Amino acid sequence: MELWFSEFHTPDVKHSIRVNRHLFSAKSDYQQIDIFDTPEFGRVLALDNNVMLTERDEFIYDEMITHVPMSVHPHIQDILVIGAGDGGVVRELTRYETVQRIDLVELDPQVLEACRTYLPENACRLDDARVHIHFNNALRFIRRCTQQYDLIIVDSTDPFGPLESYFTREFYGSCYNALKEDGIMVNQQGSPFYKHDAEAMQRSHQRIARTFPISRVYQAHIPTYAAGYWLFGFASKKYHPIDDLDVARWRALHLETQYYTTKLHIGAFYLPAFLEKMLEEVE
Amino acid sequence: MYQKKCVIMEQKNFTLNQNRAPIYEALQTFRQMRVVPFDVPGHKRGRGNPELAAFLGERCVSIDVNSMKPLDNLCHPVSIIREAECLAADAFHAAHAFLMVGGTTSSVQSMVLAACKRGDKIILPRNVHRSVINALVLCGAVPVYVNPEVDQRLGISLGMQREQVAKAIRENPDAVAVLVNNPTYYGVCSDIRAIVKMAHDAGMYCLADEAHGTHFYFGEHMPVTAMEAGADMTAVSMHKSGGSLTQSSLLLTGPNVNPGHVRQIINLTQTTSGSYLLMSSLDISRRNLVLRGKEVFEKVISMAEYAREEINAIGGYYAFGKELINGNSIFDFDPTKLSIHTRDIGLAGIEVYDILRDDYDIQIEFGDIGNILAYLSIGDRPQELERLVSALAEIRRRYQTDGSGLLSQEYIDPQVVTSPQEAFYAPKKSVLLQESIGCVCSEFVMCYPPGIPILAPGERITAEILDYIEYAKAKGCSMTGPEDPDILRINVLTT
Repeated sequence: MELWFSEFHTPDVKHSIRVNRHLFSAKSDYQQIDIFDTPEFGRVLALDNNVMLTERDEFIYDEMITHVPMSVHPHIQDILVIGAGDGGVVRELTRYETVQRIDLVELDPQVLEACRTYLPENACRLDDARVHIHFNNALRFIRRCTQQYDLIIVDSTDPFGPLESYFTREFYGSCYNALKEDGIMVNQQGSPFYKHDAEAMQRSHQRIARTFPISRVYQAHIPTYAAGYWLFGFASKKYHPIDDLDVARWRALHLETQYYTTKLHIGAFYLPAFLEKMLEEVE
Repeated sequence: MYQKKCVIMEQKNFTLNQNRAPIYEALQTFRQMRVVPFDVPGHKRGRGNPELAAFLGERCVSIDVNSMKPLDNLCHPVSIIREAECLAADAFHAAHAFLMVGGTTSSVQSMVLAACKRGDKIILPRNVHRSVINALVLCGAVPVYVNPEVDQRLGISLGMQREQVAKAIRENPDAVAVLVNNPTYYGVCSDIRAIVKMAHDAGMYCLADEAHGTHFYFGEHMPVTAMEAGADMTAVSMHKSGGSLTQSSLLLTGPNVNPGHVRQIINLTQTTSGSYLLMSSLDISRRNLVLRGKEVFEKVISMAEYAREEINAIGGYYAFGKELINGNSIFDFDPTKLSIHTRDIGLAGIEVYDILRDDYDIQIEFGDIGNILAYLSIGDRPQELERLVSALAEIRRRYQTDGSGLLSQEYIDPQVVTSPQEAFYAPKKSVLLQESIGCVCSEFVMCYPPGIPILAPGERITAEILDYIEYAKAKGCSMTGPEDPDILRINVLTT
C-alpha cells in the first residue's frame, strides 16, 4: 500500500515522506498530534500536519539551539525552555553538569506524553532531577519571572499556529525581563526562503532587535523543514555570539556532537547576502 | 423558593420553534432556484464585479439581492422577515421586534422619534451616545439631563441615581419619556426596574439603550434586561455582543407600544433596500444566541474574570468589576466587560490604547482619559487574553511614570441653553476654539469611541470644557463632531 505524508511548505510546494505505519494520532485541546514511522526519516512527529521533528535530522536542530548559547555564556545555571515537549532540547542541556535547573514550559501535556511513549530517544532526559515540567501558557508563566534565568530557549511551532503569541513583542519583552543582566535568549526563527515564512521571520526579528541590545541570526540546514534551511535568533543582554565564544572552555567539556562544532558556530553567523538585506530592512 | 424558580423557567421558555431561521432558509432555497436577475443590484450575483466577488466570496455576493415576494420586504414585512421578527421578539421576550439595518443608531433614533415629538421633554443621562441627541435634533424634543454620578477614582460616569430620576420626573411632570443606558459603555447599570416603575407611574415611557446589553438576554448571572424590567422600547446592538454583522441591530418594543406606529417611524429614515446579508446575520445570530448563548457567555464571563485577576496582579492597573456595585448609581455591573483604569501607572487610557496597537499589534475597543476597554465576546480565545495581559505588564515595565499632570475627570456638567434642534438650525458663525468661551455651541464635540458628546448643540462652552478638549487632543483621542476636521474652530450661535 502506498502511504505518504505530505506537508505544504507553501500552497504551491509540497514535501512528501513515505510512511510505513501511523503510530499515534490524537486531537488535543490545542492541536492535532501525529507520530508515524517512515523508511527514510525514522519516526516523525507532526503537529497540525507540520513536521516538528524526525529521528533522522532532529540532532541538527537540537544541537544548534542549545550548544551555541552554552558555549558563549560562561556560567549558565538556570534555564527556561519553552515548548520543546519532545525533550530533545532538554536532552542536550542535561549533558552540561554545571546546569542546575531547567524549567520546561509546555502548553500541551499530550505532546509530552506521546513523545515519552513513541520518541524515547528525545524524551530520555525529561526525568532528570534538574528538569521541572510546567504545563502552562508560556506567556502566563514568564510574566511572573524577573531576572531569574541565564538562558531562555524558545522552541516553538510556527508563528501561524496556537503558539503565535510566542513571536510577539510582549513575549520577547517578558523574556528580557525574566533574564538575568547577562542572560541570553535563543529562539527558532523560521525560514527565510518562502515569502510567507520570510515575512514572519522579519517581523519577529524586528521585535527581538527592538527588545535586546544584541540580536543576531544564525542558520542551519535541516532537511525536513521548509526549504531545508532554518534560522535561529540569538538575543543577548551582554555576550556577543562570536566575540564571547570560548572555544577552549567548550572543547574541554569533551561533548560529542554530530552537527555542532565551534568552527561551525562562527560560520553559522555568516549569512547570505539576500538574508543580510532582509534583516537590515527591519533592524 | 420553588415557586420563584418556576417563574424563571417559564420566562426562559420560548413559544416559537427557535431552531428555525426563516430568512436564512429562504435565501438557501432562493440560491438553489437559480433565478435569472433582471432587477437590482446591478452586480448580478457578483458577475458584473469580479474583483468584489473574489474579495467577498461568491457565496456572499450571490445573496446580496433585492426585496421580492419570496424574500419579503423590510419596509412592510408580511412573510419571512415578519417570521424572523416574531422569532426575535420571542427570543428576547418582547412584544415585537424590528430588524434594523442602519446600525443601533437607527434603533435608538427610531425609538426616540416614536416616543417624542417637537417640544416634548425627554429625561435622560448626559452620558448617552450621540445617536440619542441626534434624534433630538431631528425631532425637536428637549432634553432634561440627569447628571450621572461620577466615580472619583476612576473618573467615569456611572448610572442614574433613583432619587435624581425621581426629582427630574417631579420637576418635569410633562416629560414623555425616560431613557436609560443598560449598561453604559463601561458596563455600569442603573436600577432600571425602579426607573421603569417611576416612569410608568408618571405616565411616561421608559426607553433603554442596550447597545452593550445583547448578552444580558441570554447569559446567566447577568444584569436584568430592559424587556424583563418592563421598559417600553429598547435598542439592542446585535452586532456587538450578539455576533451579527456590523450595522445590523434590533429594536424591541413592549406591550404598551403600537408596533404599526413604530414601523411608520422606522420607515421615515430607513433604506428601502434592506441588506439581506445584514438581515440573515440577525436571523442566524438570534438562533445561535438562543441555542448556545448560555454556555458561550459563561465562557466569556470566566475569561473576563480571569483577565481581571491577572491584570490586577500586575500592579498599577485596576481592572474593575462587580465590587463597584453600590445599590444605586452602580446598581449592577456587566461581568463580561473588561474595563481597566490606567492612570495609576502614569498613562492616560488613550496612551495605553495607542501603545497596544503600535507596539503590540493589539486593537482594543477604546481608551479615554483614565481607562481602557477591551471588548470580550463570543469570538475570544484564552491565548489572545494572555497576550493582552502580558502586553499590559510590558507597558507598565517600559512606560510607567509618576502620573503627574494627568487629568482625572471624564464628566463635566453641561449648561443647556437651548434645545439641540434649535441650536443646530439657528444662525451660527465659526470661531476659533480658544475664543469660544461663553458662546453657545451649535454642533457636537466628542471622542470617538466612545461617542459620548463633550459638547452637544445648545450647550454653553466653558474654559473647563476647552481644557478637556485640548487635553484629549494632546493625548491622542480621535475627536469628531465639528464641521472643521482639525477641530481648531467651532460653530457657535450668533446671538
